[in-house]
Amino acid sequence: MRTFTSSQKIFNTLFFTSLAGATLLVGCKEPAAPNTANSNAAPTSGGGDSMKAKVYEGADILLGEYGSMTGSTATFGKSSHNGIKMALDEINAAGGVLKKQVKVTALDDKGVADEAATVVKRLITQENVLVILGEVASSRSLAAAPICQSAGVPMISPSSTNPAVTEKGDFIFRTCFIDPFQGTVGAKFAKETLKASKAAVLTDVKNDYSVGLAKFFEEEFIKNGGQIVAKSSYSEGDKDFHTQLTGIKGKSPDVIYIPGYYTDAGNIAIQARSLGMKQPLLGGDGWDSEKLTTIGKGAVQGSYFSSHYSPESKDPRVMKFVADYKKNYGATPDSLAACAYDAAKLMCDAIERAGSTDRDKIRDAIAATKDFPGVTGNITIDAKRNAIKPAVMLQVKGNEFKYVATVNP
Amino acid sequence: MEILQQIVNGLTQGAIYALIALGYTMVYGVLRLINFAHGDVYMLGAYAGFYSAGWLGLTKRLNTENPVYDFTHWVLVALVFFVAMLSCAVIGLALERFAYRPLRNSPRLAALITAIGVSLLLENGGQALFSPDPQPFPALIPATNLIDQPNFNLTLVQVTIIGVAFLLMLTLQFIVTKTKMGRAMRAVSLDRNAASLMGINTDVVIAFTFALGSALAAAGGVLNSVYTPTIDPLMGLLVGLKAFVAAVLGGIGSIPGAVLGGLLMSGAETAVVAYGYSQYRDAIAFAILIIVLLVRPAGLMGRNVAEKV
Repeated sequence: MRTFTSSQKIFNTLFFTSLAGATLLVGCKEPAAPNTANSNAAPTSGGGDSMKAKVYEGADILLGEYGSMTGSTATFGKSSHNGIKMALDEINAAGGVLKKQVKVTALDDKGVADEAATVVKRLITQENVLVILGEVASSRSLAAAPICQSAGVPMISPSSTNPAVTEKGDFIFRTCFIDPFQGTVGAKFAKETLKASKAAVLTDVKNDYSVGLAKFFEEEFIKNGGQIVAKSSYSEGDKDFHTQLTGIKGKSPDVIYIPGYYTDAGNIAIQARSLGMKQPLLGGDGWDSEKLTTIGKGAVQGSYFSSHYSPESKDPRVMKFVADYKKNYGATPDSLAACAYDAAKLMCDAIERAGSTDRDKIRDAIAATKDFPGVTGNITIDAKRNAIKPAVMLQVKGNEFKYVATVNP
Repeated sequence: MEILQQIVNGLTQGAIYALIALGYTMVYGVLRLINFAHGDVYMLGAYAGFYSAGWLGLTKRLNTENPVYDFTHWVLVALVFFVAMLSCAVIGLALERFAYRPLRNSPRLAALITAIGVSLLLENGGQALFSPDPQPFPALIPATNLIDQPNFNLTLVQVTIIGVAFLLMLTLQFIVTKTKMGRAMRAVSLDRNAASLMGINTDVVIAFTFALGSALAAAGGVLNSVYTPTIDPLMGLLVGLKAFVAAVLGGIGSIPGAVLGGLLMSGAETAVVAYGYSQYRDAIAFAILIIVLLVRPAGLMGRNVAEKV
C-alpha cells in the first residue's frame, strides 16, 4: 500500500510541476493596432490549406516578435526587442513602410522552446501579424519555424546560428552567419592565435546551438592538426559543473571551448578557476551579454568569443547605431541588439520592395536581398536563406568586450 | 587522483542535498506529510542570503578590486547565514500555520495538494518578486585553494560547505536525541494522539519541526549559492525533487537516512556525469526513486511499518 501511495504522490508532483510550467504566460506586449478580424480565411496563394494564416488586413504594418524577455537568457530577448524598436522608430520617422506606420507585438517565450511554439501560434492566429521576427536561441527558432512555414508567414531569425533553422522551409530566413562558420572561426582562432594544440569542449547537450557549434569546432580543430582531448557535456539548468571540469582538467587542454549561453558560461568559468584551471576559455555569440561579466566577474576575464559585430567598429554606420542606442537605452548595444536591428530593417525593406502585404511577395523580396547595408555588415541572402557575413572575435576585458579580429567567410 | 577530486565534488553536493532532505524527512516524521514546498524554501533561503548580504554591505565590500577577508567579513558572513536561516524559519512557521494547520485533520491528499499549491505560489511569487533572471551571488567565501595540486584541488568553499553541513547535522542530531523538544518530536512522530494525551503540545512541536527544517534548507540554499554562484526563483524545483528522492532513498522519516540518501544520490550523479553521461544526471535520480519504491519501499534506513488502510 505504501509503495502505491508514495509513487502516486510523485506522479502528482511531476504532473503539477509540468502544469506550472505551462501556465502563467507573461506577455510583454506593445500596444498593437486593432486588427479587423477577418473570418474569411482565404489563403494568399494556391490550395485551400487550413493551416495558412489569414490575409493581412491591418491598418498598419504589424510585425510579430517572440523572444526570451525573462529567464536565464533574458538579455537576448530584451536586447533584440530594443534593437527592433529602435529600427521601427527610425523607419516610422522616415515615413513608414508602404506609407503605413510599422508596429510590433512582442511576446515572451520565457526561454522555453515549447513556449516559443505557443506564442508564435498566438501571434499568427490571434494577433494577426504580417510577419515574424525571432528568436535568438536556435532551439526556440527551431520550435517556431515549422509553424511559420505551414502558415506561410515569413520569419526572419536575427541571430539563430544553427543550420537546421532555415532548413525548415522557404519562408524561414536568418540575417546572421551559421554554426559551421562560427565553429570554424573559433577553431581557427584557437589554433592560430592562441597556438593551442589540445582543446577540450564542454557542450550543453540539450541545446541545438551548442551541439552544432561544438561539432564544427571539433572538425575544424582536428583538420588543422589539433587534438580534442576531452569532450564533456552538461544539460540546460545544471549549475554544478565541478564534475565535468575535473574530468577536463585531468586531460590538461590548452584551451576550453564552451559553446553555451552566458549564464552557464559565467558559472563554468568561476568553477573552473576554483579548481585551479587557468586555460583561456573560448565561446560563441551566446556569450554576448553584459551579464557575462556580472556573473563571471574575474573568472571570465581574458576569455574570447566569436560574435556578429563589435561596438568599437569605426564604420560610421555602426558608430551612429551605437550612439543612438546609448541615447535610447543607456547601454552599449550587444551583438544581439545589432542583429535584431538589422533583421527588422531588412524585413521592412523587403515589405517595401514587395510593394504589398502579400506574404508570398514579401518572401520573394527577402530571398532577393543583396548587399543590404546593416550595422553587422552587408547582408546578402543566399540560396539556403542564410546571410553571408563576417564574424568578429572579442575578448572580455573589465566589463567590456574588446575587438580582437575580423574573420571573413 | 581524479577520483579523489570527484569524491570531494560529490561530497560537497551531497552535503547540500542532505541538508534539504532532512527537512522533508522531519516533517514527514511528525506529520506524515511530504512538504513539496520545501525546495522553494531552500530557494527563499538563497534569496534571503542574497538580500541580507546586500543590506549588510557585504556585496559592496566584495565588489571592490581586492576584497579584504578580515574579522568583520566573517562576522558579516555569519550574520548572512543567521538572517537567512531565521527568515526561512519564520517562513516555515507561517507555511505551517496558514497552509498546513487548517488541514491537519483533513485527508492526507488535501494536505499534499496544498503543499504543491504552496510550492507553485512560492515559485511564481518568487519570479514576480525577484524577477526570473538569474542573479550573481556574492562570493562570501574567498576562492582560496587549501590544496593546489595538478590533479587535486580542495577549496575553502568545499571545506566550509562540508564542515558547516555536518556541524548542522550534528546539532540536529543533538536536538532530536538529547533535548526535551527532541524527545517531544520523537513522541509526536511515534503517535501524535498519544503524545497529545501525555501533555505534549503537538502544535508547538510541529511548528518547531517546520522552523528547524526550513532553517536547514536556508543554510543549504546559501551554501549552494556560494558554490554555484547564480540564483534564480526556480532553483529549488529540481534540487527539491532530488532531495526528496534522497529522503525516500534513505528511508523517509529517518534522520540518518536522509543524510545517507543525500550522499548516495550525489555520489550516483557524480559518477554518471564523470563517465560522460551528463544528460542522464537527472534521470538517475528518478531511476533510483523507482528502484527504491519497487525493491525497498521503506528506504535504506526506514522502518517498515504496516499501515492500516
